[in-house]
Amino acid sequence: MDPMMPPPVRRIAVDRHPYVAPAQPAGNGHGPAAAAVATPAARLRAARAPVARVRERMRVESLWLAYGENWVVRDVSLPVRQGEVLAMIGASGSGKTTLLRSLNRLTEVTAGAARSGRITLDGQDIHELEVNELRRRVTMVFQQPNPFPMSIFDNVAYALAERPGRGGRRRRRSPAIEHAVDDALHRAGLYDEVAGDLDRSALRLSGGQQQRLCIARALAAEPEVLLLDEPCSALDPISTATIEELIVGLRESVAIVIVTHNLQQAFRVADHVAFMHLGELVEYGTSEQVFDRPATQRTRDYISGAFG
Amino acid sequence: MAATELAPAPPAGSVIARAPRDRTASWPLIDRVGYWLCWAVGIGLCLVALAIVAFMAVKGLSYLSLGQLVHSPAPSVVQSQSGGFLDPIEGTLIVAALGTSIAAPLGVAIAVWLSEYRRPSWLARTVESAIEIVAGAPSVVLALFGLLIFAQSFLGFLSQRAATGVVNGRSFFAAGAVMALLALPLIVASTREGLAQLPDRLREASYALGRTRATTIRRILLSAVRPDIATGTALGMGRIIGDTAIIKILLGAGLTLQPVGQTPVAGLLRGTGPTLTTYIYENSPAGEGLAPQKAYAAAFVLLLIVLGLNGIVTWLTSRGGQSGGGGLNRAFRLIPFMPNPSG
Repeated sequence: MDPMMPPPVRRIAVDRHPYVAPAQPAGNGHGPAAAAVATPAARLRAARAPVARVRERMRVESLWLAYGENWVVRDVSLPVRQGEVLAMIGASGSGKTTLLRSLNRLTEVTAGAARSGRITLDGQDIHELEVNELRRRVTMVFQQPNPFPMSIFDNVAYALAERPGRGGRRRRRSPAIEHAVDDALHRAGLYDEVAGDLDRSALRLSGGQQQRLCIARALAAEPEVLLLDEPCSALDPISTATIEELIVGLRESVAIVIVTHNLQQAFRVADHVAFMHLGELVEYGTSEQVFDRPATQRTRDYISGAFG
Repeated sequence: MAATELAPAPPAGSVIARAPRDRTASWPLIDRVGYWLCWAVGIGLCLVALAIVAFMAVKGLSYLSLGQLVHSPAPSVVQSQSGGFLDPIEGTLIVAALGTSIAAPLGVAIAVWLSEYRRPSWLARTVESAIEIVAGAPSVVLALFGLLIFAQSFLGFLSQRAATGVVNGRSFFAAGAVMALLALPLIVASTREGLAQLPDRLREASYALGRTRATTIRRILLSAVRPDIATGTALGMGRIIGDTAIIKILLGAGLTLQPVGQTPVAGLLRGTGPTLTTYIYENSPAGEGLAPQKAYAAAFVLLLIVLGLNGIVTWLTSRGGQSGGGGLNRAFRLIPFMPNPSG
């Protein structure tokens, strides 16, 4: 746990108040003029209006994961729903990132990874799916922004579904591809900042822009589930606010799982929270349950900053 | 970020304190001696390099004429009738092009396999040792080995077959193929260094988008290490251009290009001919030609070609700088006997 982080529970209480009783009249946050003047927190609250349709996309069933002889995830079961943001919180070494990476089988890249239990995507065991097909349906954004050393356009175009038979080698900038790239950049809230020059190297963007480019790239694959591994931990507060808003806005079209060390962030963006400790899922519930009425002493200790 | 526009500065007239220069007076004697030796060696090396270039420039320019660049050499003891060195220049370019075009794809492929696959690991270790052996073998040894191979009768189509059926094993093909062995280790090392430098998160980012390992290598990794590949290739080309032993043994030291048969390109490549290095050697006082003027002029041209190549390397590396860079520095670390132009 980051020692610089303030004890979170007090801050949550402060943040929490306007959420319960919005200071602004309802509906004000939706107009463009109001959105421009509203604080990030207010915009986030507006975006967090409940999503009408929530449905389960993935299910983790008594999952055990190991690197070598070391079981880092122990008997975890939880659902991943579209229309909701699921945040996984816990101290370093609690297995939350490993669990996240197992959802698109990225754990298999590491030598010596072992697994027991089942993960399903729309009822189908993900280990029966072709791995690259799975990873197109369940894409991931990493802790460090990792754009490819190529242009902004190419970064996003790389993720677009390759059409078999045409050989993805020399990709023409067809109108369809340009449209798909623009669309992904729009969804990631980056379009207006980079529209003028999509041929610029992606490495020249700022850290926050790079991370949104990575989100655009992950969205361009048209995934059903988006995994985010501490996407804001390398970013400044303003970029973080932009991305949090984005995450909340996206949860209607894709199921979102976010791993975070930042409890306030979990509270701001998540509908459900999973608290993990030493590989075990200690508590799973709605954001309100876990933060306001934690069922176990360990959860209470963690969110009040007693350890971590 | 915007600070570059409004460079902040203390008010005019204020005293600006800078850290004092590191003084050696307080150092132990041995450290001071070492320190000054480093200086002396550095300056000395610069003087040597400068002397070589200046000497070659003065000597070369005084004997060089444009006509020499466009005329073939001719057998004559009279200097004014012995022609220029067009054929050696062509020979050098042919060998360099042939050698690098064989070595570059093979070298990149080996580097990718060593860096990205490495399985089974005993094979990877064996390949690494094999590359070290090739890199360490003197070029004259490689040349003898090449002669042994290319003189086999089933490889006769790559060189000249005498009426008796004996294959002489000397041709641009043979020389180019063995030259490729000179360039290969440099290309492998440079590409591998580049690949090793790429963070794993780049690979994971691609896997996480549902791309296969092969696609990741082809479209992400190889394009990211392009400056490193170019660096290795240019360095390898420099080694090829500078080598004499392989040319002498596998190409002979004829005066002009001697194609075999009538086929335009293949005939030339099956044939033999001179390169600048053998031309210089033969015309220098050490060789038979005893035409040092020509040797100086040709040596100057050779130096220009190699320096030009170094310039290209520097340019390629600085262009690649934004995506990691340092390819040249890394490559030069592998060959300690070459100067590092980027300081």
